[in-house]
Amino acid sequence: MPSSAPKLPVSLAANPKLSSWVKFTDGDRVAISPGKVEIGQGIVTALAQIAADELDVDISRIEMIRASTAMSPNEGVTSGSLSIQQSGRALRHACAEVRQRFLRVASERLDVDVSLLDVDDGTISGPGNVRISYWELAGDVSLDHDATAETRAKSIAKRVVAGQSVQRVDIPDKVFARPRFIHDLTLPGLLHGRVLRPQISGAKLIALDEEAARAVPGLVAIVRDGGFSGVVADSEAAADAALKALRKGATWSAGEPLPDEDDLAGFLRSQPVETSMIDTRMAARARKPAQTLRRQYTRPYIAHASIAPSCAMAQWDGERVHVWTHSQGVYLLRADLAIVLKLPPENIVVEHMEGAGCYGHNAADDVALDAALLARAADRRPLRVQWSRHDEMSHAPFGAAMAIEIEADLDADNEIVGWRHAIWSNGHAARPGRAAQPALLAATEIANPYPRMISTNPPAANGGGGDRNSVPLYDFPAWTITSHRLLTMPVRTSALRTLGGQGNVFAIESLLDEIAALRGEDPIAFRLRHLRDERARDVIRAAARRAGWKPQKRAGIGQGVGFARYKNTGAYCAAIAEIEGADDIRVRRLTLAVDVGEAINPDGVTNQIEGGAIQATSWVLKERVRFDRSRITSTSWTDYPILTFSEVPAVDVEIIQRPEIEPVGAGEAAHGPVTAAIANAVYDYLGVRVRDLPITRDRIIAAMELAS
Amino acid sequence: MPTIQFRLNGAATAVDAGPDQTLLDVLRSRLGATGAHFGCGANECGSCYVMVGDRAMASCDMPLWSVADKDVVTVEGLGTAEQPHPLQRAFISEQAMQCGYCVSGILVSAAALLKRNPAPTEAEVREALDRNLCRCGSHNRVVRAVLRAATEMAES
Repeated sequence: MPSSAPKLPVSLAANPKLSSWVKFTDGDRVAISPGKVEIGQGIVTALAQIAADELDVDISRIEMIRASTAMSPNEGVTSGSLSIQQSGRALRHACAEVRQRFLRVASERLDVDVSLLDVDDGTISGPGNVRISYWELAGDVSLDHDATAETRAKSIAKRVVAGQSVQRVDIPDKVFARPRFIHDLTLPGLLHGRVLRPQISGAKLIALDEEAARAVPGLVAIVRDGGFSGVVADSEAAADAALKALRKGATWSAGEPLPDEDDLAGFLRSQPVETSMIDTRMAARARKPAQTLRRQYTRPYIAHASIAPSCAMAQWDGERVHVWTHSQGVYLLRADLAIVLKLPPENIVVEHMEGAGCYGHNAADDVALDAALLARAADRRPLRVQWSRHDEMSHAPFGAAMAIEIEADLDADNEIVGWRHAIWSNGHAARPGRAAQPALLAATEIANPYPRMISTNPPAANGGGGDRNSVPLYDFPAWTITSHRLLTMPVRTSALRTLGGQGNVFAIESLLDEIAALRGEDPIAFRLRHLRDERARDVIRAAARRAGWKPQKRAGIGQGVGFARYKNTGAYCAAIAEIEGADDIRVRRLTLAVDVGEAINPDGVTNQIEGGAIQATSWVLKERVRFDRSRITSTSWTDYPILTFSEVPAVDVEIIQRPEIEPVGAGEAAHGPVTAAIANAVYDYLGVRVRDLPITRDRIIAAMELAS
Repeated sequence: MPTIQFRLNGAATAVDAGPDQTLLDVLRSRLGATGAHFGCGANECGSCYVMVGDRAMASCDMPLWSVADKDVVTVEGLGTAEQPHPLQRAFISEQAMQCGYCVSGILVSAAALLKRNPAPTEAEVREALDRNLCRCGSHNRVVRAVLRAATEMAES
């Protein structure tokens, strides 16, 4: 029996002390301390809005504290579009309770019943012009209490900040070049480190002649620990020069072979796997299919390719170390650092600082361990390590390649009567802090190395991994969904935006489009006919209306539609793509409709959807990690091109506001629908189905040759 | 080590530098100007752009000696919170970024564009920014912000 008693939001249940979230400071300021971190998504502004609303203070009084293991609530990892759900709900509840605690004390002090008190920008007032502020009362109101489940947040009608497009709090610093990124922070006596990494995949350092590096002016130390080696120098230029000299003195073992980049499906489908039944639905009355369509879809390995290389700082003090990082999870990183450094966690402080945009598990955690290892040779001085572009593009984890096969059983009217969806892919998560074994790169290189963690998949309750979004939202009568997770991992993979969602939505929505075409039915009407969820139907109808969707073919352009509800539990998103072009396909316009429930910051949601749509367009048209049989070869922007300003489509976003529904995140909602919409528009335009991403000119030509 | 003299954001500047030292390294590590960012070190991403004379150029692979006696303007030289450049105001108005790491280089490219072409079309703005990469997908906001700044500058 489900309990009807009120429950604390999960993050607050895990970190119930109110003072860990909210503090009144400096006479007129409020410090809000979430466990989630800013990774370019604007989360700290949305959280500040929630706090401002519940506390009734002006948002300009709020200072958002960067997460640190020294003091912040532990909210795990900032990922999965969950920050608004987790941190937002916790803060809303905590701030509501803080406000009520202050009102109770103010009531006694002012001798006015709580129900007659009002709060305006932190000043509590009542009839007869009596007033007292949060800051005047702060000494008498202890927040060192656990939150209670009974607290009720404000009614929707009384929210004035949440739901508004408030300007982001971090943007002025970035426009005026005030240091905010970890790359820009300077500490007194800062030293610089670089790590020597192999160019051949899986090669190990077996011998090192340090003589040339020792002669580089500015060198402070050369560090060697088994196969891990790096330099410490008094300037970045000296560190770069010393690393270059050190590389010349390195002898490497043979590496481990990489798969054939032109036969990813063949590789993925030939490896040892762990097979999981994800979901199955039996038809009430089995119908014999008239035909079965069997289609295979692939997506390549995709690089995070943040504009900044990963960076971290570390400073030792005896057996204690302070680490500055742009990791998505300061506590999880600390857990892995504790294993590798053989220290109790309390000897390590991990503090967040902003890096460049983060789209999943990149090298942020790896470089933090690099910094901690090299800083041991820095004699208590702080040290910064910054990866090279080459290492960022070859040693950071990639989003996993996928092969997806769907068999659709159709009856004589080409209606779907059966559906079998099978996925072959590496796992989509090998994050730190979740296992007895560390997930950090240098841990596999040091003396007595740890084995490389083979990626796994998050459980279905967390949205799954390779299987994310593989269970149809459509009411097909029967289905079987199977996931095959590879037990080998020659190319390192971990979490990238949407995990398996992009690949699975691409596959499902492409095949639906094909079946609708087979039936001669408008693909939008076909989808609506198979969807009962009104929110799903609403986003599809809204996108179609906004895009001026016409069931008939239009001259000179191709149009396609894609839809998904992210993780089947998150944001609803429908996308319509319009493409044009002659030799090369150009996406001219993307029209999206999205439903995240309550949109805390509508412009922030729009920004995330626009960004997701453009990034997905880049993935679809251009991106593919390249390798030969011994090394990753796409190690520069020339070899790993992304969409440029001239290639970016117009993006038009409609938000369906539902303030009565708990908010969910928007950062990953667009990728799957946009991918499918572009692929379906290519079919509408050219009459060929491209089932292997990216959809390049060569792939289109190959598909046309196959069709003719 | 020779002394290289140049003007940085209008101020006479002299730095002792070896022949290999890059302008970006000198700006960031010697002159405390961290607005120009390291992205790739190979003039492929635009994060490190500065204006040399009237042109936006990569500073990551530019030897310091090559700017001797020249005018160098970084994002810090465009404006301040108290006296912002119209582009800086417009980027705030349009909320024209997500992570913002690429933005200082983009502001420099846009400032150089508006110097040589005060009334660019949307296509001209896009073309002028094609060597600046943005990974978050804020391109369209950036273009709107540049056009907004151009309009504002034309009206003032």
